Amino acid sequence: MAELTCRDLTLGYEGNVLFEHLTFEVNQGDYLCIVGENGSGKSTLMRTILHLQPPMAGTIELGDGLKPTEIGYLPQQTVVQRDFPASVQEIVLSGCQGAAGRRPFYTKAEKQMAEDNMARLGISDLARRCYRELSGGQQQRVLLARALCATRRLLLLDEPVSGLDPKVTGEMYGLIEQLNRDGISIIMISHDISASVKYASHILHIGAETFFGTSHDYLHSPIGQKYLELEGGELHCSKHWHSISPTHSSDTP
Amino acid sequence: MFETLALYFSYPFVRYALIVGVLIALCSSLLGVTLVLKRFSFIGDGLSHVAFGAMSVAAVLNLSNNMLLVLPVTVICAILLLRTGQSTKIKGDAAVAMISVGALAIGYLIMNLFSTSTNLTGDVCSTLFGSTSILTLRPAEVWLCVALSILVVAAYILFYNKIFAITFDESFSRAVGTPVGTYNLLVAVIIAVIIVLAMNLVGSLLISALVIFPALSAMRVFRSFRSVTICSAILSVCCASVGLLTAILAGTPVGSTIVAVDIAAFFIFACIGKIGGNA
Ligand SMILES: Nc1ncnc2c1ncn2[C@@H]1O[C@H](COP(=O)(O)OP(=O)(O)OP(=O)(O)O)[C@@H](O)[C@H]1O
Ligand SMILES: [Mg+2]
Repeated sequence: MAELTCRDLTLGYEGNVLFEHLTFEVNQGDYLCIVGENGSGKSTLMRTILHLQPPMAGTIELGDGLKPTEIGYLPQQTVVQRDFPASVQEIVLSGCQGAAGRRPFYTKAEKQMAEDNMARLGISDLARRCYRELSGGQQQRVLLARALCATRRLLLLDEPVSGLDPKVTGEMYGLIEQLNRDGISIIMISHDISASVKYASHILHIGAETFFGTSHDYLHSPIGQKYLELEGGELHCSKHWHSISPTHSSDTP
Repeated sequence: MFETLALYFSYPFVRYALIVGVLIALCSSLLGVTLVLKRFSFIGDGLSHVAFGAMSVAAVLNLSNNMLLVLPVTVICAILLLRTGQSTKIKGDAAVAMISVGALAIGYLIMNLFSTSTNLTGDVCSTLFGSTSILTLRPAEVWLCVALSILVVAAYILFYNKIFAITFDESFSRAVGTPVGTYNLLVAVIIAVIIVLAMNLVGSLLISALVIFPALSAMRVFRSFRSVTICSAILSVCCASVGLLTAILAGTPVGSTIVAVDIAAFFIFACIGKIGGNA
């Protein structure tokens, strides 16, 4: 059985339907990229998968013994107040709260896991720094480390590279690819279609037209070709996506 | 001066006042950090007015122990305020403003209509500003205060990690299955308890100061949640002790003296933060 199965999903807000009859599944080790225009409902879909909001219709099932508390999540934006006092270590450790459940304190093993994940993402030396004083790229790593503390199986990333420079973006993609190789399934929202096609095993395109299938099929589908052309006309850009790497920022007012 | 102090300490009411003052300062500062960061500071203010309303009703009914009425009413209001803030389209702050001003007006009205006291203005003033009621504590009240404080501190330590998590990022907590609603409720109940306790010390108008100032001061200087929490607790206890002793020695109103010390501490910390930040 698949780790995550969404069947016949309809999402929307107060009678405003965003999309209907969406069906897809994610198997263990998959790397799924969700692409689509601004406002097409990608973040909404992700929040629905996390049970942060209910679907208008359809079902979401977890399989393979995956528990709802075992999903790591990197939100699109984390609105943190300007003067919030929180050290990197405290934030990463808070990723273990799902595993801790009702237990009030974190165990040695959980603290160790936080250390390990900080080392994995190269932010060990920032452990005592204040989160608000870090750069955007460093903050993103901290939140990714927190998400890693929450899961060993499935990571949901909502535009993890938005606002990062091409070099850091490349590093971030490398990190995520490495995590995927280590056996963690990835669901990532991205506006960087060429990079998505390069790294992901599957693509889910939502919007006026819907597509779900492997990246290879997406490349050769009409919808995929159309969007790749929009992005710079390079069908084989997967080889040198570094040079174009359009990091669309999504929430321009 | 020390002899005068030693003399004062031989009176039990001074010792009671100091114990209660320190405990209340400790409790209120603990949650202050969360309240400030969650933009909940106004809830403290609203609830204290509710407590004032309940207090005046209790005074009119001539209840022997007004805590029995004030505590439950305030807790229920805290829960209601939190609920309206979450579920309806009425903005949380509007609801708070409504309830708080309403309770203040009704409380004063009730006192005016039904009070048998000859010194009405004095009564109202002491409920609002605390005046000397902390110096007239009875042992039973002190024990109640000690018990509630222990409960508050224990609950805070036990749920410290969860409180940090939901303060920092509520939607992440929700996503990994933390029952955010329950913890918010818990925070609201603890706040209500603290406010009722603190009414004795500084009166209902000045409670917010006790909750907010130590947290804000600590945030000028420290950069992690744990250090801010610890610093604001220590700072609050120190300010309360200094304020209380000053008030007793100089004969100034207890509540306002403590708040004045808190404000002074805030400016000192703000300066330290500026200097430290520029260095
Ligand atoms: N809380 C809300 N209430 C009502 N409508 C909402 C809410 N959140 C989002 N929407 C609407 O739902 C639509 C989809 O929003 P969503 O955030 O899922 O888009 P997205 O695909 O993630 O876009 P982006 O690429 O900009 O991140 C938008 O039209 C938005 O206006
Ligand atoms: Mg989005």
